[in-house]
Amino acid sequence: MNERFDAIVVGAGPAGNAAAYTMASAGLKVLQIERGEYPGSKNVQGAILYSDALEKIIPDFRDDAPLERHIIEQRMWVLDDESFVGTHFRSDDYNKPPYNRYTIIRAQFDKWFSSKVREAGALLICETTVSELLVDGNRVVGVRCDREGGDIFADVVILADGVNSTLARKAGFHAEISPGNVALAVKEILFMPQEAIEARFNITEDEGVVIEAIGKITDGMMGTGFLYTNKDSLTIGIGCMLADFKGSPNRTSPYAVLERMKKHPAIAPMIAGGEMKEYCAHLIPEGGFYAVPRVFGDGWMIVGDSGGFVNSVHREGSNLAMTTGRLAAETAIAAKEAGKGFGAASLKAYKAALDESFVMKDLHKYRDMPDVFHRNNQFFTTYPELVNRAAKTMITVDGVDKKTKEREIFGDFRQKRSLVGLMGDAFKLWRAFR
Amino acid sequence: MHIVVCIKQVPDSAQIRVHPVTNTIMRQGVPAIVNPYDLFALEEALRLKDSFGGKVTMLCMGPPQAEEALKRCISFGADDAILVTDRAFAGADTLATSYALASAIRQIEKEQAIDLVFTGKQTIDGDTAQVGPGIAKRLSMQLLTYVSRIAELDLANRTITIERRAEGGVQLLKTRTPSLITMLENTNELRFATMPDMIRAARYPVRKWNKDDAGIEDLSKIGLKGSPTVVSKVFGPTPRAVKAEQIPVDKATPRDIAVNLIQAMFTQHPALEQDMLERAPL
Ligand SMILES: Cc1cc2nc3c(=O)[nH]c(=O)nc-3n(C[C@H](O)[C@H](O)[C@H](O)COP(=O)(O)OP(=O)(O)OC[C@H]3O[C@@H](n4cnc5c(N)ncnc54)[C@H](O)[C@@H]3O)c2cc1C
Repeated sequence: MNERFDAIVVGAGPAGNAAAYTMASAGLKVLQIERGEYPGSKNVQGAILYSDALEKIIPDFRDDAPLERHIIEQRMWVLDDESFVGTHFRSDDYNKPPYNRYTIIRAQFDKWFSSKVREAGALLICETTVSELLVDGNRVVGVRCDREGGDIFADVVILADGVNSTLARKAGFHAEISPGNVALAVKEILFMPQEAIEARFNITEDEGVVIEAIGKITDGMMGTGFLYTNKDSLTIGIGCMLADFKGSPNRTSPYAVLERMKKHPAIAPMIAGGEMKEYCAHLIPEGGFYAVPRVFGDGWMIVGDSGGFVNSVHREGSNLAMTTGRLAAETAIAAKEAGKGFGAASLKAYKAALDESFVMKDLHKYRDMPDVFHRNNQFFTTYPELVNRAAKTMITVDGVDKKTKEREIFGDFRQKRSLVGLMGDAFKLWRAFR
Repeated sequence: MHIVVCIKQVPDSAQIRVHPVTNTIMRQGVPAIVNPYDLFALEEALRLKDSFGGKVTMLCMGPPQAEEALKRCISFGADDAILVTDRAFAGADTLATSYALASAIRQIEKEQAIDLVFTGKQTIDGDTAQVGPGIAKRLSMQLLTYVSRIAELDLANRTITIERRAEGGVQLLKTRTPSLITMLENTNELRFATMPDMIRAARYPVRKWNKDDAGIEDLSKIGLKGSPTVVSKVFGPTPRAVKAEQIPVDKATPRDIAVNLIQAMFTQHPALEQDMLERAPL
């Protein structure tokens, strides 16, 4: 077949959809290829949708996107084995439209996003896997699909194929991803009547709550758990570094970690009676700033998870995916308008745009975070325990005076961790968050 | 040769859940697919096209979203696709559906004579197996149900020979065309679409017919009005109240196991013991 496209987008997740939508809306001839049965069939996310990134692509998305609840309350919990210490932040400000964050169900959301992409004029082909990039010298000239007549050519190929990005690796643009740079997350969607959710979380109609949890639930591994309210279901999940699962002295499995979290006395009552609707596991690239590979070359750009664009500290991924997709698309549009081709010299504008955006700025800010947490598992074992014990000591009324209690708590910390260790941890955290 | 294949878009029943509280079917988020039985009809039609040439036209009645199902059929190599879609068809049962489809097939016939009409054996959401026969009756076509193989098609003499699965064996039937075939499942294997066909399908402008385009004359025969079927109640299967009794057989001899089993049965159903005693040839 001799048909040529301006651009081929591999993958129909948030990154691929953002790229395809932006280019098709600008009149480019776009072919998008997705290996799943339909967009969203293979995708996993918590999922919190951050409005800003999508607004910049589809300003009136709220009119018809399948949104579950807007978030009005964020809870951060530190768990030991039987208790938790935490903060709740709830603000009526979050109840004023336009809302800033929503819970979504990815399968439905991706389908919606994809319908917009097709309305914009991109051609979507599902159930088709791109098996490799077609390369002429140094230049990517198209893709090879796993179907008869599967070689398709385009001026530029945008890789939005998610965390594994086998294509970039095969083409030699990426090194193999290391287990220390990816988290393995498992999650379940638990069906629950709307009224039960609203009563348990003290919310009404469209309001939603997010709980993020760290602590002993991860069995000493670096990771976090989460619990989100959907319309008539809850999403509960937990993720830990793949390297930690591999090295876990208890040979803890992802599934066991989730079960453990579900049984925690702070969590069990909130999910009681929930009927499991969906169970899935997925990788999250968490290498951060230093793990971002080269993101463009002659005739190609990488966007979304396949470029490692995830801010694991704030659990942001889909918004980085959409933003990188949009910026790559804008680069392609500009390259076409300028008529100077799609070589690396044109496409380097993509990297410049990334550096200017929150994407690279945030990744840079937290560049040392993954390493600090990964090398210091006391953040996931000793500290949660200490903090919870401290709270208990202070709050329990038992005739001991408060001064003595304070001393007891301090002694507790000192015993578990040397003064130097404590100061060192504080310093490391401060540096990583700075 | 011209074949019309009727398909339906259905919710993927493997993914449907019954709401644990209200007992209603939860359709939200359940993907829509081509009724799997219809794909055997499509593949058989495509094989005939491979051997005899000609044209395969897809026909579907349904909401606008059913366009996707038709496009999917195009990707496997069907030539044309028509979606009969109109609010007036809403709420149709099998009687009203077969009326509407038969009427649409008459309109297709005006464009090009039809040799065969295919449908699937039944749908996975209704399981009635009535629409195919209904169409055949209305069009006065020979009806061939549960067809497992097409042995011969003689276009010149307008005859077809098929095998159909019947109770107790396989029937070999020969009849004249045009005829309507409902294809049995697992009788062929659907082909893998080529990339050019996938692209053609993604672009294919499915023809959309409203009730007038479909040649509907009698409005009282379509939609809810034309549907005498009433769904009086929907309920999930009730789990059995009584659990099966388990009889441990650890070290028992086969004879003891049999005796224990029969004893247990008689204890639960004394009438059974009486009955057997009466019949036993003493
Ligand atoms: C458990 C979990 C919770 C998360 N929670 C959040 C959250 O709350 N908020 C948030 O913003 N982010 C969250 N993330 C991260 C977010 O899901 C990702 O960052 C986002 O999905 C990345 O989008 P993407 O388009 O790059 O990749 P994906 O969504 O993975 O899409 C890639 C697509 O490419 C397709 N594909 C892959 N290879 C090929 C091929 N060779 N040929 C054709 N198609 C191919 C895949 O089928 C897939 O559809 C979470 C992730 C996980 C795992």
